[in-house]
Amino acid sequence: MSKTIIPFGPQHPVLPEPLHLKLTVEDEVVTEVIPALGFVHRGLEKLSEIRDFHQMVQVVERVCGICSVIHAMCYCHGIEEMMGIEVPPRAKFLRVIWSELHRMQSHLLWLGLFADSFGFEALFMQFWKIREKVMDISESTTGNRVIVSVNVVGGVRRDLNSEQISWILTLLKDIEQEIGALKKTLLTDYTITKRTVGKGVLTKHQAYGIGTVGPVLRGSGVVQDTRTLGYAAFNELNFEPVVESDGDCYARTKVRFRETLQSIDLIRQAMSKIPNGEINVKVKGKPQGEVVSRVEQPRGELLYYIKANGNKNLDRLRIRTPTFANIPAILTMLPGMYLSDVPVIVLSIDPCISCTER
Amino acid sequence: MKEETIPVTKETVIGETAKLKIEGYRFVTMTCAELDEKQVDVIYHFDKNLQLKHFRLTVPKDTLIPSISVVYQSAFLVENEIQDLFGIHFDNLFIDYRRTLYLGGETIAAPFCKFTVKRTDKSAPAAIQAET
Repeated sequence: MSKTIIPFGPQHPVLPEPLHLKLTVEDEVVTEVIPALGFVHRGLEKLSEIRDFHQMVQVVERVCGICSVIHAMCYCHGIEEMMGIEVPPRAKFLRVIWSELHRMQSHLLWLGLFADSFGFEALFMQFWKIREKVMDISESTTGNRVIVSVNVVGGVRRDLNSEQISWILTLLKDIEQEIGALKKTLLTDYTITKRTVGKGVLTKHQAYGIGTVGPVLRGSGVVQDTRTLGYAAFNELNFEPVVESDGDCYARTKVRFRETLQSIDLIRQAMSKIPNGEINVKVKGKPQGEVVSRVEQPRGELLYYIKANGNKNLDRLRIRTPTFANIPAILTMLPGMYLSDVPVIVLSIDPCISCTER
Repeated sequence: MKEETIPVTKETVIGETAKLKIEGYRFVTMTCAELDEKQVDVIYHFDKNLQLKHFRLTVPKDTLIPSISVVYQSAFLVENEIQDLFGIHFDNLFIDYRRTLYLGGETIAAPFCKFTVKRTDKSAPAAIQAET
């Protein structure tokens, strides 16, 4: 058997962002993988030394477009904990609503890209058509489709009135029906199951030991979801982490599909329980101390380490994104798989390289 | 930080990390923060059942730190990132990108540090010694 080294990426039709994998292949079977990053590193963490802690909300929102509101929420949580700021209850529920909308649009984006990765373009277009409705909700309620910029330290900038809430609930009903109509195709189609079942298997022990997070971890049977910590208003909502046990690409697909439907339920719960009141509080003083803040992004656990010494600029802002934790899993998933399965397996971790490199 | 933070040294960090692995902790990430001209804090974050635990390692900037990728293999990525951005070098890395993960290879300065210290540790691998 002869060894060949094949570069996968950084430019590849299946990759939404640049990631390079050096694949060692023997007769079409991958034997070794070495990842390489650094194509879109922006050094955003360093900006915390020259932008004040209020301005940093706009910076962290731009770490990633798909999960921007959740980045901002994690950062704001950290600063609020450090400064002892009590966010109004209405703002907590609004943060949940917008973050679950982001989760839906992220998962729908991924489901479409995943279908496209094995050539199922019709399914790709159907998922993205549904995603447009979620983006319409974001645009109508915040003014922007992607980087919605609603979080501020101390609460949120925008509110939802009763007409918007009832419109969103009506639209969610349509979205739920349309997603449900695609369930049979996504989960039982012969092509999809042939390309995903048994591919890129990560056992429960491996997934936990490597430190994977999010649907990659839950698709391997580990019951862990950072939302169960109860941040924002999640402690007032009823939900269980979505878990599958097979650990292959199919299991990860099922987790993301079910989480999309779960997000609709969470938004409904939040809208039924949202109290009246203020949406933000005045922030006085400057942050001081060290704090670690964690939330659940669509791709998994997001961690912010924030250090401040009483100045308006932070000493250090460290961001650990979920894809950064999931990339090492590729080194375990790919060996033993065929070269033709590599795009599907890599995409199954839902890589967000702009998040990874910051 | 409100979670438990245990001070470690470069001699004890591998042993303490191995103990946590046996206790069932998962590796979350590492954070490096510049303290002053000469020192950095390297903070290790671990988690079990969504409860965090941290190690704090305060070292001079030209120290060679043993890599915990011998215990948690996935730590190699963040250790390489710290190597690139803070100029802190790790020994026995699972995959050592030799400061080319984010940087161009010829960069000597540490982009995330206000003060970069030239390494004097003779036990460094040849490629890194060539930079100093």
